[in-house]
Amino acid sequence: MLRTIGRRLLLLIPTLFGLTVLLFFWVRALPGGPASALLGERATPEAVERINEAYGFNRPLPEQYITWLGRLLQGDFGNSIETRRPVLEEFVNRFPATFELAIVALILAVGIGVPLGYWAARHHGGLIDNLSVTGSLIGITIPVFFLAFMLKYVFAVQLGWLPSTGRQDREIDATHVTGFFVLDGLLTGELDASLNAIVHLLLPAIALATIPLAIIVRITRASVLEVVNADYVRTGRAKGVSTQVIRSRFVLRNAMLPVVTTIGLQAGLLISGAVLTETVFAFPGIGAFMKDAIFARDFAVLQGFVLFIAISYALINLIVDISYSFIDPRVRIQ
Amino acid sequence: MCVQSQKERSSTVNRPAQRRLLSSLAAGAAFALLLTGCQSQRDDGDPAASESGAPASDVDSTFVFGASSDPSGLDPAFASDGETFRISRQIFEGLVGVEPGTADPAPLLAESWETSEDGLEYTFALKEGVTFHDGTPFDAEAVCANFDRWYNWTGLTATESLSYYYGSLYGGFAGDEDALYASCSADDESTATVSLTRPFSGFIASLSLPAFSMQSPTALEEYGADDVGGSEEAPEYSEYGEGHPTGTGPFVFESWSPGSEVVLTANADYWGEQGQIQEIVFRTIDDPTARRQALEAGDIDGFDYVAPADTAALEDAGFNVMQRDPFTILYLGMNQTVPELQDVRVRQAIAHAIDREALVTQVLPEGTEVASQFIPPVVNGYNEDVTDYAYDPDAARALLAEAGYADGLELTFNYPVNISRPYMPNPEQIFTALSAQLSEVGITVNPVSDEWTDYLDRMRGGADHGIHLLGWTGDYNDTDNFVGVFFNGYSNEWGFENPELFSALTEARQIADPDEAAEAYEEINEQIAQFVPGVPLAHPAPSLAFDPRVTSYPASPVNDEVFNMIELSE
Repeated sequence: MLRTIGRRLLLLIPTLFGLTVLLFFWVRALPGGPASALLGERATPEAVERINEAYGFNRPLPEQYITWLGRLLQGDFGNSIETRRPVLEEFVNRFPATFELAIVALILAVGIGVPLGYWAARHHGGLIDNLSVTGSLIGITIPVFFLAFMLKYVFAVQLGWLPSTGRQDREIDATHVTGFFVLDGLLTGELDASLNAIVHLLLPAIALATIPLAIIVRITRASVLEVVNADYVRTGRAKGVSTQVIRSRFVLRNAMLPVVTTIGLQAGLLISGAVLTETVFAFPGIGAFMKDAIFARDFAVLQGFVLFIAISYALINLIVDISYSFIDPRVRIQ
Repeated sequence: MCVQSQKERSSTVNRPAQRRLLSSLAAGAAFALLLTGCQSQRDDGDPAASESGAPASDVDSTFVFGASSDPSGLDPAFASDGETFRISRQIFEGLVGVEPGTADPAPLLAESWETSEDGLEYTFALKEGVTFHDGTPFDAEAVCANFDRWYNWTGLTATESLSYYYGSLYGGFAGDEDALYASCSADDESTATVSLTRPFSGFIASLSLPAFSMQSPTALEEYGADDVGGSEEAPEYSEYGEGHPTGTGPFVFESWSPGSEVVLTANADYWGEQGQIQEIVFRTIDDPTARRQALEAGDIDGFDYVAPADTAALEDAGFNVMQRDPFTILYLGMNQTVPELQDVRVRQAIAHAIDREALVTQVLPEGTEVASQFIPPVVNGYNEDVTDYAYDPDAARALLAEAGYADGLELTFNYPVNISRPYMPNPEQIFTALSAQLSEVGITVNPVSDEWTDYLDRMRGGADHGIHLLGWTGDYNDTDNFVGVFFNGYSNEWGFENPELFSALTEARQIADPDEAAEAYEEINEQIAQFVPGVPLAHPAPSLAFDPRVTSYPASPVNDEVFNMIELSE
């Protein structure tokens, strides 16, 4: 198993190398360069020329690529032209926010999605089933930014129950050790700080979780329905196996394979989905930062972030593949 | 609790070490990112109320402002954007300030100044007894240290992305032929003389820009303000620019959490009026709707650039909406490399075809004024009697017929999308209104839209555009900062040669006497009106919105708004 994992990680290297090439040239194919974005109305051709000269944007692309790759291999992702900080530093400062948000969203999506899908399948054709099918259809089709604004309007602006922006109130005066605010509160014993951070996470996490939740409900329901009618379940019942065992060992475990695959895919999407959610809730994570980088044509940031998302995807997929073998002994990683 | 040491830690002190650690780890795998997300940071709460003698009243002395972006840095000399300047204006002061509510220069750190006959020497009498936040005295030496610092920038520090204002206003740096600055001498502790190589009519007004604020020479030196080298492809913050801005203003820098907020606290030793506010938080909320909702939810006390569509709703809900006097110009530009537009009769016809009054009432925000020339009324050199092309569709049709386009004329109309500028909050709507007006007189427009940066590239990079929407937000009260920006030489955007106009602008820029300069610019504005390079459309007014507890805000056409002047009721 370890060898397999090692091989998969090694395979990542050529994949990522190919990606750096694509990424580098794709980012530079965006019309308009960083100089225009930086200077706005003041972008006279001479000023643009001088900036391109100073930053090396006028050198041949292959040369720029090799310079970038060389630095990358040394762990230097370059500097953001917009914020003037090393990309890696920006990243490390913002990543905990996005990670925390994605985790809470994932907990919501899986924690509600799987039981709800299972429940709907068990009451196939009933009211619950119909409601969950319709509800999940709405969940999939509703645009995230619209939902985010509506959630904020109702719960933050009108009712005032939850905060509208940010990660934590300043008044809390929290000590930050790891940058993961919920965890920090637990580590330092400042439970009010953890609670405050969770309260700030709720609305963005709900907005972010809606689509994955809806998809997980549908996949779980469909998968359970398929398994329930399988021959081995009928045989099990005929043999007098208890309902409890039928449900947990025969149905749920077999139905979980496609669900786990879906959860893996959705977990990867959560990071890119955070772009919209973080913007709406002024949540200082990598999503909101990435959006700015696109508009500013901030090459180094875009390259660094897309590379990061690609690595996350690859790792999550690896974890999903490994988990198959635990759920289904028939699956052996080779 | 040890507030001071915590503050220091949260800003910069441990960054270099942290950065090295991170770089080495990153080479390994993405896992490293997870492991090293440990950033030792502590946000200080509200020290104002308990520690530094808050006002006796029940007023909440923390003021939270919704900023549209992070500052581009904390050193205003390396900035040219509004959000950075908004913060700089609280921390720093320049030799010259602005008369409240106007765009006119007024004494600030310099109590008065004298200009030599030839307009080459400016002698400043400095305010005495002022110290920088780090205790360094503000004196003539400090003034000269700042001027010399700007002049001696080289390499990356001398490019537009950092020192835009110095480079573009003062002609260049040490060794450049065109450099305007010659020298600075400290005559005595409170008198400094700045010498120029040629007269520059906008000199005094330009010193009111935050980019030319006085900064503590000690702090600049100690925290390596000009060490912005970083790597080649992008400059990196100096320690100073990231965490040690040191000025003489009413507020002192406390902390900056990138992507989240900048916090300032009241300067207990401020020489002027301290005001009610003990702590300012600039919270970054880059989405306009999110800013509005944050105000409605009570999370912030105010924000800038309220969308035109939101002003009425916010007012109805009891929020205070304030308009600045406009310091903007929105125009319809015409590219004269397009053959049809080379005929002045066609350009005049377009000017007559446009109903600016209707445009302003239909699609532009409250407080917008109709434009008759390329500078707003508060700027020196505004010509009351300039030739104006009134809305007159018949005259427009007649002129078109005379020019040989009786059967209609087809023109490319360029406009940007998904962008909001202070002078152009909604380009899509402006385009729709104007193209309807033009079609009334038989001009068919062929719409071409671009995203903002592509749009700018198209305007400035080549001749591939026709009539187009663009504009400008003034930086300070200098006429050249409007008309000079547009017409001081051949540009791809306008595509015309007019040596007479170009040289008139170059000459006007060198008149040191403000009254003489005003006269020259009035003439230039008339000259431009005759030539019709484009149609000045409007001066849109930016709006700010505040919580009802904000009873007074020092709205300024040039954004010279210092928060010690804010009045709060609760």
